[in-house]
Amino acid sequence: MILKGKTHRFKTPAGTDHDINTDYIISGRYKFQCEDNNELATHVMEDLDPNFYANIEKGDFIVAGKNFGCGSSREQAPIAIIYAGISAVIAKSFARIFFRNGFNKGLPLIECDTDRIDPADKLEIDLERGVINNLTKKEEIKFSAIPPLMLTLLNDGGMIEHFKKNKGFNIDG
Amino acid sequence: MWNNENNKKSSLGLNMVEKIMSRHTNKIVKAGDIAICDIDFAFGQDGTSGMIIDAFREMEAKKVFDPKNCAMILDHSSPSPIIGVSAIHKKIREFTKEQGIILHDVGDGVCHQLVPEKGHVVPGDLIVGADSHTCTYGALNSCSTGMGSTDVAGAMVAGKTWFKIPEIIKFVCNGKFPKGVYSKDLILYLIGQLTADGATYKACEYVGEAIADLSIEARMTIANMAIEMGAKFGIMESDEKTSAWLKGKTDREFLAVESDDNANYSQIIETDVTNLGPKIAMPHTVDNVCPIEDVLGKKMDQAVLGTCTNGRIEDFKVAAEVIKGHKVHPDVRFIIVPASRSILLQAMELGYIQTLVEAGAALVTPGCGPCVGTHNGVPSNGENVISTANRNFKGRMGNGSAFIHLGSPATVVASAIESKIADPRNYVN
Ligand code: SF4
Repeated sequence: MILKGKTHRFKTPAGTDHDINTDYIISGRYKFQCEDNNELATHVMEDLDPNFYANIEKGDFIVAGKNFGCGSSREQAPIAIIYAGISAVIAKSFARIFFRNGFNKGLPLIECDTDRIDPADKLEIDLERGVINNLTKKEEIKFSAIPPLMLTLLNDGGMIEHFKKNKGFNIDG
Repeated sequence: MWNNENNKKSSLGLNMVEKIMSRHTNKIVKAGDIAICDIDFAFGQDGTSGMIIDAFREMEAKKVFDPKNCAMILDHSSPSPIIGVSAIHKKIREFTKEQGIILHDVGDGVCHQLVPEKGHVVPGDLIVGADSHTCTYGALNSCSTGMGSTDVAGAMVAGKTWFKIPEIIKFVCNGKFPKGVYSKDLILYLIGQLTADGATYKACEYVGEAIADLSIEARMTIANMAIEMGAKFGIMESDEKTSAWLKGKTDREFLAVESDDNANYSQIIETDVTNLGPKIAMPHTVDNVCPIEDVLGKKMDQAVLGTCTNGRIEDFKVAAEVIKGHKVHPDVRFIIVPASRSILLQAMELGYIQTLVEAGAALVTPGCGPCVGTHNGVPSNGENVISTANRNFKGRMGNGSAFIHLGSPATVVASAIESKIADPRNYVN
């Protein structure tokens, strides 16, 4: 799978881009109020950047530091990101429940050093080979290739679609 | 192929977690591998089961893999305080009937007490739950972990799920606990050292004489809080106490796992509890831990004894002993919540409830109580709470303008007596 788009970065009130928690991704006040995922998506990251949703072009990436997605296990977090048109999140590390939820919902999550990626850089990502090509800076960043099991989930569009198609897991493990 | 002889000490160089995962995928897997593993038990609670049911329907599934090994537990907001929650409870009751799966309804207790208490866990098991503190059953030598609702729906349908086998941090805890210092103080201390993301993607293994000396209940308090360091599992060895505890709860045969002497660990942390003192996690993060001496005398408005961390029978025993001969301070609401119906019954029989209620405590229904802030004791703006729970995040108890402090049951009760953070060592003999 090859993904292409430009990057978006955020800062929390602590002045870093570490520990962007699920409340920042989608505030708890929407999680019980919004049944419609497209509507939910319009609020993605709004407490960190109210203009973010308006600036997304389909396929764009979110780039962050350590422990992206920490906090509650709410699945509305990856859902809001996906419905906003983001095609992958690139971070130094992810909180583990978010990591699972991301792949299960069909959102690729890439772990690598993100220090050299600036806002609005244009990237091309090869998930199978594990390479980010920064077209703006003309440099490559390598990451551990996404394991086949998770690629299968992603290619099927997440766990629900995978189960619908296969009546369960159809992956060698 | 996995050979069950390998569960005991072997020359394979595997830790307990790798052994449990290997056994459940029938081949040897090590940290970093990704595998699809069979699971023994899966459950959700009332805050997550609604979405499990939705995902189950979207998957167009017809049946869960094994009804007697799936459960839904109404504990977080129970009895229901509002119409919306009542509707979710109703939906869950109907689904459990339709599928023939286990339902624990209002008043039965907290999921993380009920799952082990009802005999759903034995050593060597692999369990998933749609609640982040599912790691509690590591105290029974099992791998158990919290996941999102879609994940648990998948596990209920397929009887298996995917795992990345975690690296493991080994905590060697030596020494003897001093009087008035408990397993809660040890885990708060360790979380303070390692920080909230110190074990992300990893598992924790707790060994040493200080752990061996603890009861299963006290071990559960430690395993329960592995997630507060970001860990997937918090596992302990199985011993005679484990077998004795399981007796009468289940007649399933089990094979405990032991780490090999040459097992791999990403880190080994040694601690001695001999000089450990009571600890407090200050607002608003669990790793914001200090010795009680630093904050003695801080005014408290509410005290809470209970939750899946410290709502067990020996916690009630300690609480009753501390409060005996004293009264709850008139400026404090002291809320007590047994973790399950059977703990409530036992605590009544042993007179603990009588002692606590006579002293001024307010008893609420077994379950999560005020822990997550949906009911049963939401603090007011600017108020200080001291609780035996596992989380003190801003807003956790339903009010973002309140301040939550965490400590052991003895510390909480001493503080309820004095209406300020108080040293429990002055109350235990
Ligand atoms: S008692 Fe608190 S931490 Fe435990 S399951 Fe209930 S809400 Fe979660």
